[in-house]
Amino acid sequence: MKKQKLVVVGNGMAGIRAVEELLKLAPDLYDITVFGSEPHPNYNRILLSPVLAGEMTIQDIILNPLQWYADHDITLYTGKTITKIDRVKRTVSTSDGFEETYDRLLLATGSTPFIPPIPGKDLPGVISYRDIRDTDEMISAASDYQHAVVIGGGLLGLEAANGLALRGMNVTVVHLAPWLMERQLDRVAAGMLQKSLEAKGLNFLLEKSTEALIRGEAGRVSAIRFKDGLEIPADLVVVAAGIRPNTTLAESAKLYCNKGIVVNDTMQTYDPRIYAVGECVAHRGIAYGLVAPLFEQAKVCANHLANFGIARYTGSVTSTKLKVTGIDLFSAGNFMGGEGTDEIVLNDPSGGVYKKLVLKNDTLVGAVLYGDTADGAWYFQMVREAKNVNEIRDHLMFGQSAVGDVGHAGESKAASLPDTAEVCGCNGVCKGTIVKAIKSQGLFTLDEVRKHTKASSSCGSCTGLVEQILASTVGGAYTPAQSKDKAVCGCTDHSHGTVRAAIRERHFLTIAQVMKEMEWKTPNGCASCRPALNYYLISTWPGEAKDDPQSRFINERAHANIQKDGTYSVVPRMWGGLTTPAELRAIADVAEKYQVPTVKMTGGARVDLLGIKKDDLPKVWADLGQAGMVSGHAYGKSIRTVKTCVGAEHCRFGTQKSMSMGVQLEEMLFGMWSPHKVKLAVSGCPRNCAEAGIKDVGVIGVDSGYEIYVAGNGGIKTEVAQFLCKVKTDEEVKEYSGAFLQLYREEGFYLERTCHYVERVGLDHVKAAVLGDAGKRRELYERLLFALQDYEDPWTEAVAKPAVRREYQTIVLKEVSGVTA
Amino acid sequence: MSAWNRVCALDEIAPLGSRVVASHHGDIAIFRTDRDTVFALHDKCPHKGGPLSQGIVHGDTVTCPLHGWKLGLADGQAVAPDKGCSKPFAVKIDGGEVWLRLD
Ligand SMILES: Cc1cc2nc3c(=O)[nH]c(=O)nc-3n(C[C@H](O)[C@H](O)[C@H](O)COP(=O)(O)OP(=O)(O)OC[C@H]3O[C@@H](n4cnc5c(N)ncnc54)[C@H](O)[C@@H]3O)c2cc1C
Ligand code: HEM
Ligand code: SF4
Ligand code: FES
Repeated sequence: MKKQKLVVVGNGMAGIRAVEELLKLAPDLYDITVFGSEPHPNYNRILLSPVLAGEMTIQDIILNPLQWYADHDITLYTGKTITKIDRVKRTVSTSDGFEETYDRLLLATGSTPFIPPIPGKDLPGVISYRDIRDTDEMISAASDYQHAVVIGGGLLGLEAANGLALRGMNVTVVHLAPWLMERQLDRVAAGMLQKSLEAKGLNFLLEKSTEALIRGEAGRVSAIRFKDGLEIPADLVVVAAGIRPNTTLAESAKLYCNKGIVVNDTMQTYDPRIYAVGECVAHRGIAYGLVAPLFEQAKVCANHLANFGIARYTGSVTSTKLKVTGIDLFSAGNFMGGEGTDEIVLNDPSGGVYKKLVLKNDTLVGAVLYGDTADGAWYFQMVREAKNVNEIRDHLMFGQSAVGDVGHAGESKAASLPDTAEVCGCNGVCKGTIVKAIKSQGLFTLDEVRKHTKASSSCGSCTGLVEQILASTVGGAYTPAQSKDKAVCGCTDHSHGTVRAAIRERHFLTIAQVMKEMEWKTPNGCASCRPALNYYLISTWPGEAKDDPQSRFINERAHANIQKDGTYSVVPRMWGGLTTPAELRAIADVAEKYQVPTVKMTGGARVDLLGIKKDDLPKVWADLGQAGMVSGHAYGKSIRTVKTCVGAEHCRFGTQKSMSMGVQLEEMLFGMWSPHKVKLAVSGCPRNCAEAGIKDVGVIGVDSGYEIYVAGNGGIKTEVAQFLCKVKTDEEVKEYSGAFLQLYREEGFYLERTCHYVERVGLDHVKAAVLGDAGKRRELYERLLFALQDYEDPWTEAVAKPAVRREYQTIVLKEVSGVTA
Repeated sequence: MSAWNRVCALDEIAPLGSRVVASHHGDIAIFRTDRDTVFALHDKCPHKGGPLSQGIVHGDTVTCPLHGWKLGLADGQAVAPDKGCSKPFAVKIDGGEVWLRLD
């Protein structure tokens, strides 16, 4: 069958992104032809600012080199402007008579700069700021002339002004409104911004309206005159007074336009064969001027061009970031407030920090940050997801990092960090490396940055900072990941929530079945989704679904913790942290017999034997087993330890027997797999020597019983556990904490700690399930006990079963090769 | 000149699993895919020397257990954007047995 013909008009960021998305879905559906007015392949328009500032070259910002078009059999016509669409004959043509037919047409004509009707606007030396040609002209003017005037104090104008100043020009920014960037900033933040830019040498004239541009002797512009009579010299005038959707072509073809080419939620115009994306489009009355929403449009459009027909574009909330080196500025949503909104403001002018959060009915609707923008992405996400922030309202202002992130030296200023600053403490990635990768590889998302630089790919504590570096490099182009319905991994489009629900509702029992029924894109998944699926199956259908060792991370397969040199560590279980001379003697014997290089106490108060060869593991376990010891699971997404204090058994302050309570809990939970690791602690009195306040479940003895706290965390993000309830008896402690853990096991997403789980579902939800209804609680508790009833110690199994033991053995070759070694 | 060495029966490697073979080249990881093909790579990740044999096998790829690099089983090449290579060795299945050639 002959392929259909797709013609794309506009070789810019939105149009080519749509083509890229289309090629991912249906690489062979169309013969694709692209027309572009500019004489270049698709480039990253956003990065014209760093080009102007002398930080990058044009070569650096090409997104799709000519070879890309050739590789994908795309016919590209550069320097060709389409002037006519014949919708009846289905052709497009240029003024010089070149014609091309289409089955489907995609309009991505972008926008045109708005030039106010000022006398002198057509003089040489008066330009706008939109493309490579404009940028080249500014660069050459900067070497020949001295005085530049930028009309318009918005994003574009300020970036132009900054670039020209860096190239040595004397720059004045003229602005009509009373403060800069009035569409993105409130007055206070704008004032601070102006001050910092003045410190960089820019001049400002606010509330000034231009009367005329004056022609000099050489025929070029030489000055600018304002309505109030003031006149200043100007050899270069950059007009950055806004943009208008470029609808000329669409209108000439009688396509319905109203402040843009009008499209529906599938990006289709009033002519069903014609789609449109990008700045030329008006969707639900809005024309967007930032890349992030345009990329969303491109994705939806591609879905329909590929005949999938399921995606819908429903509009975007945008955020703004000024790309001026050294200035940290962020705004999103409705930041001006107004009727029915509340504002929380932090203003520290001498510290150079200003933050304003706008709330409406318990949701965050807008934010302006100046000076400290590390939480920009966090706020932006809450605005986009319209998340209820009532519970965290009182510490909302202090941001996500205020809760105790570690690993990036408490840094919160992305744009003003020096290039040498270490951003990701896990992988040793500096800011300069990240910025370079973003620019040179054309990265737009956090995931891409993680892949290319490894920054924020381990513990994730620097995510906020990396997101801000991304934002300050690509401006509003950057789209933060939406946590709720993010796909499990690249193998599927389904989210964790959808997959969990499907496994329960459709009673899936094997990984292969899930992958087949839910149309996985890879034959057998990857190292991210397989462990998640395995966990979901065995936790949802205990006793029915079979554990798949090959879908577990090596630690859970080898029942020991892999170390950087490929050896393993062994941590025998000591229930509640109690041990005996006989156990200690056995541990000492093992350590000597297998020449264990390092013996230490773990953070969970257990003995760790580090540096054991995999081949020796079964032997070590056999020896420890002789002394009655079993696996401590220090390696798993599972119950780790229950830490206890001395408690009423010995301590003079003790009110409850914390050791015995701890032992009971640890015995109850033995063999519990969970979305992520689970740690407990029991203290005998509120002095809390076992540090129960930072555990997944923390139990604190008081005179009248026990207090139970949940969802604490002492890791990357120190999170104080929240009070769940108070109970009287040991049995109740087991039932309530068991019910909470089972709820987490059933609802948590893989690799989600209890603190993140509770943050996602809300403590009220947890309370309703665990405290609200005694019957439900008991059911949860019983389901937990049922799942754990037949758990066999993996050490004993490995020692007893030859087939399992084989996994640990290295095969020694009887080499028959003729090689002389 | 080099010859084929018998490693083990195919059944002694779990599908989507692996075994380690000690040789004069150092440890070699033998992988079995779910289509019952086998591959052999030097058991040393080009990133920081992680034991690839301990990774998760998916498709024709293994993910290193230490920091998650992905390597092609056939050629030992790291999947982009990572760069590096672990040396591949010739393996075959003959009569339900796995054979390895060291050269
Ligand atoms: C200096 C600068 C800095 C920016 N900074 C940011 C930022 O930090 N963050 C952000 O999100 N956005 C930024 N933007 C905006 C962003 O670049 C645009 O939103 C984006 O490029 C729009 O994509 P588009 O495909 O709709 O239009 P374009 O990229 O403009 O592509 C349209 C293309 O179509 C061509 N064309 C038009 N009509 C025809 C025709 N009839 N025939 C053939 N070809 C035609 C045009 O020549 C153009 O090449 C910036 C823009 C500029 C100029
Ligand atoms: C408020 C005042 C506190 C008092 C009066 C107090 C008192 C005690 C006492 C009497 C013991 C028992 C020692 C024993 O007999 O073995 C003890 C143990 C301990 N305390 Fe405290 N404590 C206090 C706060 C803390 C805090 C805040 C921490 C740590 C955050 C802490 C950490 C410990 C530890 C780790 C132990 C050993 C517990 C074990 O493993 O058995 N204490 N404390
Ligand atoms: S928490 Fe209380 S009971 Fe436990 S050791 Fe500390 S002081 Fe004693
Ligand atoms: S050693 Fe393999 S990923 Fe680091």
